[in-house]
Amino acid sequence: MTGIEIVNLNKRWATFDAVKDVNFTVEPGTLTVLLGPSGCGKSTTLRLIAGLDTVTSGTIRIGGRDVTDAPPARRDLAMVFQSYALFPHLSVEENIVFGLKVRRVPADERRRRLNRAVEILGLGPYLGRKPSQLSGGQQQRVALGRAIVAEAPICLMDEPLSNLDAQLRHDMRREIRNIQRALGMTMVYVTHDQIEAMSLADQVILMKAGHIEQKATPEELYLKPATTFAARFIGTPPMNLVGLADGAGGAVVKGTAARMFEGRGEGLLMGLRPEQIRVGEEGMLPVIVRNVEYHGADSILECEAGEENITVRVDGVRPIAVGSRLSLSWEPEAMHVFDRESGFVQPVR
Amino acid sequence: MYRIRTAVTPWLLLLPAAVLLAAFTHFPAVMTFISSTFQTPRGKRPAKFVGMDHYASMLSDPVFVAALKNNAIYALGTVPASIALAMLMAVIVNSAIKGKALLRMSFFLPTVLPMIAVANMWLFFYTPGYGLIDQFLGLFGFHGRNWLGDPETALGSLMVLAVWKEAGFFMIFYLAALQQISPSLGEAAALEGAGRWYFFRRVTFPLLMPTTLFVMINAFINSFRLIDHVIVMTRGGPDNASTLLLYYVYNVAFRYWDTAYASAITVVILIVLALLAFIQFGILDRKVHYK
Ligand SMILES: Nc1ncnc2c1ncn2[C@@H]1O[C@H](COP(=O)(O)OP(=O)(O)OP(=O)(O)O)[C@@H](O)[C@H]1O
Ligand SMILES: [Mg+2]
Repeated sequence: MTGIEIVNLNKRWATFDAVKDVNFTVEPGTLTVLLGPSGCGKSTTLRLIAGLDTVTSGTIRIGGRDVTDAPPARRDLAMVFQSYALFPHLSVEENIVFGLKVRRVPADERRRRLNRAVEILGLGPYLGRKPSQLSGGQQQRVALGRAIVAEAPICLMDEPLSNLDAQLRHDMRREIRNIQRALGMTMVYVTHDQIEAMSLADQVILMKAGHIEQKATPEELYLKPATTFAARFIGTPPMNLVGLADGAGGAVVKGTAARMFEGRGEGLLMGLRPEQIRVGEEGMLPVIVRNVEYHGADSILECEAGEENITVRVDGVRPIAVGSRLSLSWEPEAMHVFDRESGFVQPVR
Repeated sequence: MYRIRTAVTPWLLLLPAAVLLAAFTHFPAVMTFISSTFQTPRGKRPAKFVGMDHYASMLSDPVFVAALKNNAIYALGTVPASIALAMLMAVIVNSAIKGKALLRMSFFLPTVLPMIAVANMWLFFYTPGYGLIDQFLGLFGFHGRNWLGDPETALGSLMVLAVWKEAGFFMIFYLAALQQISPSLGEAAALEGAGRWYFFRRVTFPLLMPTTLFVMINAFINSFRLIDHVIVMTRGGPDNASTLLLYYVYNVAFRYWDTAYASAITVVILIVLALLAFIQFGILDRKVHYK
């Protein structure tokens, strides 16, 4: 099995740093997700690993071997392109086995791998068609098929499910995970969908504007966000960031006298996940309900506390009237404190 | 707003183009065929209907047979050569190399020059003894040779010029087609370990087929249509070794003034070209992948 090591990777386009000092390791046989908003450098990082673009500086090791300057073919990896990169003049079948023919895989072995991929991806009825005769989602599955049949030790995927409907996306996600585990593949998977990242990854690398914001397991990313960006990127609705101020005997929520913890509060933000807040008559923070949104299984309350707004998610449909006064409470570990300027997490006193 | 919505409207819109086409293409073609079945009128003698006589006499006309043979060699030699060269130049000029703007320009330059100017330039290249080609070959100890004056080399010399002139023009079409091909195809193939030649054979070449079909038909037509260089450089000589069909038509019509016979040869040229176009479309069109 083969792992990937990225050391101090940089990529500069003319005057623009697309990737800045990126370091991470993908353990053999695991799945790492590159997550981040559009334009943050996910595809660029993936293309550098594949060898399709040259690095500005830094080192890429695959299986312990320095491949920084090696051509793509020497890196022993398969890739699903964001733009699919299907050959328009070849049929679905020929597209899928293109690489196997290049590598002179014997015909019966080719057939075996093709049949398996076709079954997983449900491409059976389309084998004879040209890509232009397929829907976007079907094309995407052909691109996936090409990567699956390669059975390369490393597989890079650039938003391979972005064009599928919710049901198919869910099924494909599970299939990808199964194949990855069954074949012991090392996989780097790019997405901007946090749910995809959380459900697939052994390790999530959260990127922002070319640098790594946080690398962690999905649980850690959810429970211990390292920055305000990470805090807001994961979870729906996103984490509340409540402005704090200096108050009598400690930090208070801006515009209130509710003491949150000892010490200064000015210049800090308090992070609270909407689903980790309880509502009741008694609590730590008195609020006024400003809006209630029913979502079926749960409801979203928009609450006001002094100068700040706080979103709370409660189970089921509760008879809470707009304008009513409630009090919020939470477990100590649900509270995160960030520096307002730098965005970094601070130890809670 | 009132709109005229009758079956007449589309025909009215087509009318101007149809009139021009009929007046300057279809009508002359029909007239050419009609006049090819009559004797050329001379003095007071009126034109007499002779049916297919002109066509029959072509077979025993040694100059016509020579011109037909020359033209076949000329077409079968210059068309594939200029297409292959055009493709090669386009691939080179499309890749990421230094100075490609300059290369593109120099490849395209022959196209911009008028055929007469090109022919004059090459007349100098081919000059026996001190022409560019003899001077160059002289460096390697070859003797000077009369390229255009020798029946062995006259046609070949014209063909070289034609390839040089046409390839640059066709390159532009190939370049446009190459730039339509997504670079990610090359990347996907490179990841799979496909070499450049393999990629060209399996991907680039098939994707260029629509262009090739278009270029090929044009190239064949040009090989029957362009004779400026024959007039400037060899006048069909020596001993009709470089006579092409259209040049022979020109001679028959405007030097011997046998316009009826010239019409008959013209009809033959038209039929040959139409056949070639039908064959190319018929056979290749089914194999070509259109986007
Ligand atoms: N060839 C290039 N020249 C200049 N800038 C580029 C080039 N390719 C990408 N960039 C820039 O680099 C940045 C990162 O691009 P990248 O494609 O890696 O984004 P991404 O994270 O994959 O986004 P998305 O989720 O939209 O695919 C972008 O701001 C983009 O404009
Ligand atoms: Mg991308």
